[in-house]
Amino acid sequence: MLTPRSEEELSDAIASADGPLSLRGGGTRGVAREGTVLSTAELSGITLYEPGALTLLAKAGTPLAEIEDALAAENQMLAFEPMDHRVLLGTDGTPTIGGVVATNTSGPRRVQAGACRDYLLGVRFVDGTGTITKNGGRVMKNVTGYDLARMMCGAHGTLGVLSEVGFKVLPAPEATATLVYRDLDWQQTAALFASAMSSPFEVSGAARLPAGAFFDDANAALIRLSGFEASVAYRTDQLAKRLEGVVAGPTEVVASNNTRNTEIWTSVRDVHALADPTKDIWRISLKLTDLSILSALGAEDEIVLDWAGGLAWAAVAPGTDVRATLGAFEGHATLVRGSADVPRFHPEPVPLAQMAKALRARYDPKGILNPGLMG
Amino acid sequence: MEMPTPSPDIIARKSRIVARLSDALPADAVISHEAETRAYECDGLTAYTCPPLCVVLPSTTQEVSDVLKICHAEGVPVVPRGSGTSLAGGALPTADSVILGVARMNDVLDVSYEDRVIRVQTGRTNLSVTGAIEDDGFFYAPDPSSQLACAIAGNIAMNSGGAHCLKYGVTTNNLLGVKMVLMDGTIVDIGGAHMDAAGYDWLGLICGSEGQLGVVTEATLRILPKPEGARPVLIGYRSAEVAGACVSDIIKAGVLPVAIEYMDKKVIEVVEDHAKAGYPDCEALLIVEVEGSPAEIDEQLGIIKQIARRHDPVELREAGDADEAARIWLGRKSAFGAMGQINDYMCLDGTIPVSELPFVLKRIGELSKEYGLGVGNVFHAGDGNMHPLILFDANKPGDLETCEALGAEILKLCVEVGGCLTGEHGVGIEKRDLMNVQFTPEDMEAQMRVKDVFDPAWLLNPAKVFPLDASAARRAAIETAA
Repeated sequence: MLTPRSEEELSDAIASADGPLSLRGGGTRGVAREGTVLSTAELSGITLYEPGALTLLAKAGTPLAEIEDALAAENQMLAFEPMDHRVLLGTDGTPTIGGVVATNTSGPRRVQAGACRDYLLGVRFVDGTGTITKNGGRVMKNVTGYDLARMMCGAHGTLGVLSEVGFKVLPAPEATATLVYRDLDWQQTAALFASAMSSPFEVSGAARLPAGAFFDDANAALIRLSGFEASVAYRTDQLAKRLEGVVAGPTEVVASNNTRNTEIWTSVRDVHALADPTKDIWRISLKLTDLSILSALGAEDEIVLDWAGGLAWAAVAPGTDVRATLGAFEGHATLVRGSADVPRFHPEPVPLAQMAKALRARYDPKGILNPGLMG
Repeated sequence: MEMPTPSPDIIARKSRIVARLSDALPADAVISHEAETRAYECDGLTAYTCPPLCVVLPSTTQEVSDVLKICHAEGVPVVPRGSGTSLAGGALPTADSVILGVARMNDVLDVSYEDRVIRVQTGRTNLSVTGAIEDDGFFYAPDPSSQLACAIAGNIAMNSGGAHCLKYGVTTNNLLGVKMVLMDGTIVDIGGAHMDAAGYDWLGLICGSEGQLGVVTEATLRILPKPEGARPVLIGYRSAEVAGACVSDIIKAGVLPVAIEYMDKKVIEVVEDHAKAGYPDCEALLIVEVEGSPAEIDEQLGIIKQIARRHDPVELREAGDADEAARIWLGRKSAFGAMGQINDYMCLDGTIPVSELPFVLKRIGELSKEYGLGVGNVFHAGDGNMHPLILFDANKPGDLETCEALGAEILKLCVEVGGCLTGEHGVGIEKRDLMNVQFTPEDMEAQMRVKDVFDPAWLLNPAKVFPLDASAARRAAIETAA
């Protein structure tokens, strides 16, 4: 295993590699590939944190927990609420900030605040030839040159290995409350989410857990509100009234002083409900008005919805090709863990697949960075 | 500022190129007479002008594709144009280029309030996107100052921001999908109404690529429900340092205003003469706006006013009603126009870390004296996006050059303190030759590789963004076009 301790060592390791490299942040997603493991674990530490400027920079191997602790001490947070894959996938290791960026990992607050890529201010990375490159920086608005920072976000290391990342961070909310609705079918769920999200009450999470996950007997649709205490109380009340006309409920309001809010939304974020090692795990990006296509997957008790219906996690029988089951839809499905003999990522239309290949050839001409992962 | 020598070979083939384009498009969609092409000789950066070879105004994506196929086959550079409001020269033609304007493609194609998206043709103006949905309680968030005129196509090309992006983000944070035509005429669809597009972040690359990667003809945009209300507060301070400290304290307190705008003494004075907004006489003025229900606004403004008072303001004025709110915004919104009435000016756009505001404002003051040109500052303080306005006299020989030299010094200063050359206007030709200040040759090489993938022949808007010497080898094919 290669564990460079500096950007220069990372550059040397990649420049001198003559075979495939399997890139590893914290190793929590269980996706080790063929080749020599290249770990960023030793590229660690927060390099700049200015709470008054909402700016944080850290080396790629910095544990996510270290960053979240530093932010919490100033009542701030990573706005995109990155998930921790360990419970869902039964893995160990330590999630790193570089891994979060490389996979554009974003949690429930995505619906309000945006994704990891939306908060990325800049990156430093080493491409497949060993060249050290900088793009973006530490300021919040920057259109100087092309946005390679976003290109690197979600590229799973196939265009370069991140060495440092910078974020805009946000104030952490003072209070959080959750409206709970039970036993809704897909159509009712879609109607609930659509009404909540088109209200002015700034929903910070809209998800649905299957029966037995956190609430017994029946599925639970959850709407979260965050902010200052009085404001959360006001919006919870107003939103509940608005939604009375859509579905029955709420059956419960988890008030802002209740610690269950954290437990509920950690369970949503980390998809605890589907932590079954015997199943394949898929991640489906779709639009709310297409929610009913999920009924083709059968068991409603093995689907977790997040992002107000924009993201569905599904646990299915080993070998199932969810793409074939769903047919054509506006979105895509990713095989997160499983044995189905299909590409991990949704096949792209021909011109885009060709462009992706051309992009890889430019940034990784030796074809050594997680080869084959993105096509 | 230098542009490449136009290819005499392309200019010699003008009549053939125009004939081919005329065959492919309706009769009124090709403009080639010199008297008419002159209307397209510049954009919002009026200091530089050059009429193009010809102008095409297609009405459909297929027509765009047909045009690009012809230009690709002929080896002719293409300069895409939205509404032509670029302040950076992004739509400046060369004599051997075809201007491809998307102004005729301005329909709303689809709205889904359930999915909170709108799909539009990109010639549509920014403000008229909101116009199509506001009666139903929705809006499109990015709000560049030119929003009445600027097109979504240009917003995407420049990744435009606006006063309210502190809360809502810039174009790249609100773009979900595009239909785009590549230089060889290939039509690609990327993303859509779902939240995250598959594969690499093509949308992130396209946003801010200054029309160098493709011509975007349709865009799927995130729309948002309108907030219950908004209210600004105006705060005057004796110095930039104190105003900067106040901004930092507001942010640290956990309040996230939708906008924090800043004006210095010079701008306040001019604005007062012009718009009579009733601003106080002070060194630094902040406008802070928050959103929500009346009670929520009270709560947030309560915190902000408490912080503001700690810094001993010259004036602290909260809008009591919509009229007073409009008056607070009036001066800020008319600032650029007011400055333009008294003087020619060059508007810079560098971004700096918010913590460096006082130092940078002090340095700009010193540089202003050194170069003998006045500088007014009006900008988005919440995100550090500066807009120094350098005043000069276009009729006075040498003044433009002095102004450009001062502008370059200020932008270098922005980079030195950890910032960048441009926060929302784009590089275009204006900041092209300063890219070396911010990027190493390797950094720029990494960016140019992206263009190699989208436009291998470097025909789309080729002489922009990257210094000419850096892109020379790649552009060589045009100059030797057969």
